[in-house]
Amino acid sequence: MADGNIGLWTVPLAVLGGAIRVSTPFLFVSLGECITERAGRINLGLEGTLVMGAMSAYGISYLTGSPWLGVLAAGLTGALLGALHAGICSLPRVNDVAVGISLMLFGTGLAFFLGKPLIEPTAARLPAIDFGWWSDVPQVRAALRINVLFLLGVVLAPILFWAFKTTRWGLLIRTAGESADAARAMGHSVLMIRLRATMAGGFLAGIGGSFLSLFYPGSWNEGLSSGQGITAVALVIFARWDPMLCLWASLAFGGAAALGPALQSVGVTSGYHLFNAAPYILTLLIMIITCSPKRTLSGAPAELSITR
Amino acid sequence: MTTEAADPVDAAAIAPAADAGFLQRWGTEIEYILIPGAALVAALVLFGIFVALFGKNPLDLYWYMYYGAFGTWFSWQNTLTRAAPLILTALCTALPAQLGMVIIGGEGALLIGALAATSAALALQGMPPLVVQIAMVVAGMAGGGLWILLSGALRQYRGVNETISSLLLVYIALAILNHLVEGVMRDPASLNKPSTREIGAANMIGSIPGTDVHWGLVFGLIVTVAAYVLIYHTTFGFAARVAGGNIRAAKIVGLSVGRLILTACFLAGACAGLAGMVEVAAVQGRTNANLAVGYGFTGILVAFLARQNPLAIIPVAILLGGINASGGLLQRRLGLPDASVLVLQGIIFISVLASDALYGRIGFLKGKS
Amino acid sequence: MDFGRISRRHLLQGGAALTLGAAAGLRPAFAAETTIGFIYVGSRDDYGYNQAHAQGAAALKKLPGLKVIEEEKVPETDAVEKTMESMINLDGATLLFPTSFGYYNPHMIKMATKYPKLRFEHCGGLWSEKDPKNAGSYFGYIDEAQYIAGIVAGYTSKSGKLGFVAAKPIPQVLRNINAFTLGAKLANPKATTQVIFTGDWSMPVKEAEATNSLIDQGVDVLTCHVDGPKTMVENAARRGAFVTGYHVNQSPLAPKAYLTGAEWNWEALYPKFVKMLAAGESIPNFYRGGLKEELVKVSPYGEAVSEQARKHADEIKAKFLGDGYTIFKGPIKDNKGNTVITAGTERGQKDPELEKMDYLVEGVIGATS
Repeated sequence: MADGNIGLWTVPLAVLGGAIRVSTPFLFVSLGECITERAGRINLGLEGTLVMGAMSAYGISYLTGSPWLGVLAAGLTGALLGALHAGICSLPRVNDVAVGISLMLFGTGLAFFLGKPLIEPTAARLPAIDFGWWSDVPQVRAALRINVLFLLGVVLAPILFWAFKTTRWGLLIRTAGESADAARAMGHSVLMIRLRATMAGGFLAGIGGSFLSLFYPGSWNEGLSSGQGITAVALVIFARWDPMLCLWASLAFGGAAALGPALQSVGVTSGYHLFNAAPYILTLLIMIITCSPKRTLSGAPAELSITR
Repeated sequence: MTTEAADPVDAAAIAPAADAGFLQRWGTEIEYILIPGAALVAALVLFGIFVALFGKNPLDLYWYMYYGAFGTWFSWQNTLTRAAPLILTALCTALPAQLGMVIIGGEGALLIGALAATSAALALQGMPPLVVQIAMVVAGMAGGGLWILLSGALRQYRGVNETISSLLLVYIALAILNHLVEGVMRDPASLNKPSTREIGAANMIGSIPGTDVHWGLVFGLIVTVAAYVLIYHTTFGFAARVAGGNIRAAKIVGLSVGRLILTACFLAGACAGLAGMVEVAAVQGRTNANLAVGYGFTGILVAFLARQNPLAIIPVAILLGGINASGGLLQRRLGLPDASVLVLQGIIFISVLASDALYGRIGFLKGKS
Repeated sequence: MDFGRISRRHLLQGGAALTLGAAAGLRPAFAAETTIGFIYVGSRDDYGYNQAHAQGAAALKKLPGLKVIEEEKVPETDAVEKTMESMINLDGATLLFPTSFGYYNPHMIKMATKYPKLRFEHCGGLWSEKDPKNAGSYFGYIDEAQYIAGIVAGYTSKSGKLGFVAAKPIPQVLRNINAFTLGAKLANPKATTQVIFTGDWSMPVKEAEATNSLIDQGVDVLTCHVDGPKTMVENAARRGAFVTGYHVNQSPLAPKAYLTGAEWNWEALYPKFVKMLAAGESIPNFYRGGLKEELVKVSPYGEAVSEQARKHADEIKAKFLGDGYTIFKGPIKDNKGNTVITAGTERGQKDPELEKMDYLVEGVIGATS
């Protein structure tokens, strides 16, 4: 083992490493979307938020030299885009799915526009914590070099789970998502609850983007997100709006993304295009299995336009 | 531009003098033109401000946009060429929208349609060109149609959300295309750009005489008019619109919602599949990864801007074709990055969606003022 | 058809500029307004393929009497035809450089046929006698530089395992992988190159995953052939592996890990082309060259490159620059054990067989499909 030759072990190790490395954007976007959808609105624009977050994080990190300020900037940018989404959706007769698509376009375009001068420079990266100190296998150590954002995400999932269940604002969000009338009857403004939920969702999605540009793959360019934001939105649906399931699903997606290259590295070379599509096929299959035409999904917020 | 932006206000000022009966009869139609028009102008003004922030003169911007899109005969042809695929892919979103469904997977249907059309042409090599071309149309439409039908069927029989499933199917279609084009369907002579074999020069559909615009534009116009007739002048269209308004009511009056969904999805996919066939038969001459350039995604934008009305799709597609056509000029003359086209499209999209809130709220159009 | 005149006038101007240039030499023709258009498939500052061309265009901007116009992110569809025409009709361009492989056939061929008096120079295509005479294709034998990089990599690697992150299994890519491996085997006959195909030209997450997988397999020197090598270079350096670059010099990204690299040298070629035209010579329609012809170059060695490696690499480089050197000299077996170049056969750089390469040589771990 010491010579670094681990043969077929590469595949499970790469999937583990990939689950940790690639999953973080999925995790943040899906947790964010979870909050938004629980409040009864769907924001399909998180792909644009993710890309915008990646760009602004890189830019701020480059300008200030502090990657954490970059993360913060990404979150704030995301929250702003979330506010824009919520603002437009609060107008009468406006379709939230369509607004999401438009913001996907707008966010991506704006990020590409503003990000042109950021493609070449190298910005300060987020640090990693070495959890593999106990192992003398370099591959294990590499797989366990874990970014703080990933840990934050992992901690955030149970906190959200608990908060939805037991806290006052968790209850408010769920009420707005289950029955807008009930929330109104309780004297709360549904629009304000949804505005805050969408902004919180955008904030998290923006942070997910900062992980892409500031940690892994770790630089800004226009191909950075190949649909991770939109996949994460789909992921929320089969995670049944449960933050803990979002966590497991994100890990599975990260692992699936690592599968294609890892299989090639041990000699499984045919059909890599199909392996690359594995996350999308997986999502579709799980949706087919878990959905049913007879009832709405268990856990689905009743006010959500796409499940009604 | 500011004067144009103020148009609705001016109109409001003179409105009371107008014949109230006329307004009552045509108010809705006027709204359908006035509101998106105002939203478009507002978006252009916003984009002008955005560009001004980067030190560019907005007036130059508008001039180059006009010049690059509609300023010369060449610009017009450029615009129409770029509009042609958008007309067809927009129908892929607009048809299911009559039933209240949001399909955003036109890109996938386009790719599958292109693959099917190419396969048909390759299988029929040696037959008369007209036969091959008809077979390509049929195969392209069937391929694309079945692809979106899959989304419809998943929605109908498994309750899977069609927006998400159609989007996932785009990525899957792209993987299938790449897999086939770099594998069994690869022409060994296509060295550095893995492609299928060529369908043959004789089988290409060529350009409209006297122009550089390919026949795809005419295909688009015919299909659009057909879609308009289907939606507004047939029982099927009426039933679809009833179901789109209220599914429960539709079921109560005995409409077979499932059949409506499946038919609409198939026709929608067939339109995008036809767009794929046109790209093969009029532009590329074969199938390769170059087909995936986002016509399907821009089509979604066109459909929403046209408020899902087939006839409105035509001017909107020409408008967006024009924006794309002028994008190059903005890069070269103003030094704006290519992404400015995306930003403008995003702003227009947001602005038009937000303007949905205005329908029925402009007092004078109701004859109230 | 009033507008037709505009394009015809520009056309005449363009033709006149070229013929004048031919008759009277450099000054008159290229004095006033010779416009040269560059078209890129991706972003101009991608630290890779497109940036290399943009650097070449920047070299032209320094010359007097030339106007260089550029457009980036132009897809390989009829959009590029329209971009070329737009540069011709609206900007009066007389010399065009569409720089992406997929622009060649059918798009550039079509435009060259339509505008026979203008000059079209394509990067990477294979011009043949049946193509228009005003079209040309140029390309650099960058495998020579990859061969040198392979030597350096072979000496530097402790495990004898090299890694190659590649986009697609097409001849240009396979030739680089093979040259790199053959070079490495000069330094270390037991060296192997493991290759991973990501499937497309720009997929950062896949490229990063491929880089990590290769390093997990024990690879300690990596190179790549994708549009933007930045992702591979940075991620490999972070894990303590060495890299050799591609397209442009990436040493600023990882000065310690960067050994050397295979770079394009378009900033030498493009001014040469312009001077040839201005002097009334014609550019050969099929223009190829390597290190000697200054179409490609090798990045300066990094500090980690040993004395022995420098010496050997410089020795081979001197041969390329001198009397010539053959990389693909039989006997060469592919990695399935078949002989692909028999003993005694020397496939020189200009051998058209090499442009059709579809195998990986012995020592490469990976498969072409």
